[in-house]
Amino acid sequence: MTVVAQIEFADVSKRYSNTGIVLQGVDLAIYKGEFVSLIGPSGCGKSTVLKLIAGLTSPTHGAIKVDGMAPKNARETVSYIFQDATLLPWRPVEQNIGLGLELGGVNKAQRQEKTAALLRLVGLEHVAKVFPRELSGGMKMRVSIARALATSPKLLLMDEPFAALDEMSRDRLNEELLRLKAEQGWTGVFVTHSVEEAVFLSSQIVVLAPNPGRIHSVIAVDLPFPRIAALRETLEFGALVADVSHALRGAMAK
Amino acid sequence: MKQRLITLANALAVFAALLLLWQLVLWVLHVPPYMLPSPLAVARAVVARFPSLITSFAITAEESAGGLIASIIVGILIALIFAQYRWVRRMLYPYTLLLQTVPIVAIAPLIIMWIGAGTPAVTFVAFIISLAPIIANTTQGLISVDENLVHLFLMHNASPAQLLLKLRLPHAVPFLFVGIRIASGIAVIGAITGELYAGSSRVGAGGLGYSILYASSQLQTDYLFGLVLAATVLGFSFFFAVMFLEWFFLHKWHESARAPETA
Repeated sequence: MTVVAQIEFADVSKRYSNTGIVLQGVDLAIYKGEFVSLIGPSGCGKSTVLKLIAGLTSPTHGAIKVDGMAPKNARETVSYIFQDATLLPWRPVEQNIGLGLELGGVNKAQRQEKTAALLRLVGLEHVAKVFPRELSGGMKMRVSIARALATSPKLLLMDEPFAALDEMSRDRLNEELLRLKAEQGWTGVFVTHSVEEAVFLSSQIVVLAPNPGRIHSVIAVDLPFPRIAALRETLEFGALVADVSHALRGAMAK
Repeated sequence: MKQRLITLANALAVFAALLLLWQLVLWVLHVPPYMLPSPLAVARAVVARFPSLITSFAITAEESAGGLIASIIVGILIALIFAQYRWVRRMLYPYTLLLQTVPIVAIAPLIIMWIGAGTPAVTFVAFIISLAPIIANTTQGLISVDENLVHLFLMHNASPAQLLLKLRLPHAVPFLFVGIRIASGIAVIGAITGELYAGSSRVGAGGLGYSILYASSQLQTDYLFGLVLAATVLGFSFFFAVMFLEWFFLHKWHESARAPETA
């Protein structure tokens, strides 16, 4: 049996008319159940990679397949989490979480059932009826995660979702994210600036180099799952952080 | 609560001081009553002619409200078209600015001439003058949606109708209210300006604008003051009605519902 990649990039390039080439000759395969982080200096096109997978933009050259389909056709099983929580301010938390189901035509009773379960899952039962402006940044991001998981995705795309949070909230959400992944088994693609975050979350780290954006190296993270907070204090963790940092410096030097 | 009472007391004290100053000016400078009537004379004129004052007030209120409501409905429709079709917006948006800059006193006589004196013409003047801020603000609200929110909807394969009804329209509501707030004040001005040209819009009775013109020609300065006061009260009631609606619809989720911008 051959293993088919869930996401496949074949010689993908992307050029924007105003900023020039942002990605050049990217070959990438991401397999089911993996958690892949994209890391690199700004201008290396890591957000563009996510947008390409989501079909929100198209490559200028090369081919992209998601589940063997064109990215736009695979959207039904893909969810996207943005850097800011992007909640609808006129809807209370529970209706924000149910948005994807609502747009997909799921009826109200099923929506409520699913929303209630997700509220429990991310620990937000007590703010179900609250409007977003009353939530902290960390809580907003939890709502955003719950909304993304509501449609039971097979693939979760995350564009620096925790970049705006303080370190403690970020560490806690990292642990929660891994717990959710273990329970639900989706594949994760995660864009980040933080080396520690990438090492903690990922099974693989793709280091990108800028100008034009391209893959510098791919580093496997051989730490066992489930991962707990104490992992961050182990020698293996420190060694991997050093490896990735070294690769990042190499990517920036050229 | 106590803070509010203090604010109210302050406002009343300023009002009393103004009345006193007014009376003092009369005593010291001996201004003739047809130039500046005493506060008491104004009050007497208002009481004596209260029924006709109320009739004028009601006529102008009806015309302003009619014009404002029409401009809200038409303005939203035009904004929807502007938001959906960029080329239409590019082509026609400058003309909405024109609508705003043409002085209403200049076109009011034209409108009266075309439609004929009467309530419909005055309502139309109020409508024309209050249309531009509704169009401008609602269009702005419809097109200024965060790109990531649009992406979010696209990821869920949202239809164009869903994008409009569940994203763009709700996002535009606070903008619409800014427009209505500006429009509510100028709709009243538009109606009164229209009445200045339309004359008696109903048999035996006219709105505040007509009555102001009439009272000034008869040198009934005390009643003229009462009419000006009534016009002010009308403008204020519109403004507060809109503020209340805005609070009612937005206070749960929108920050600015409690911090209104000035027109």
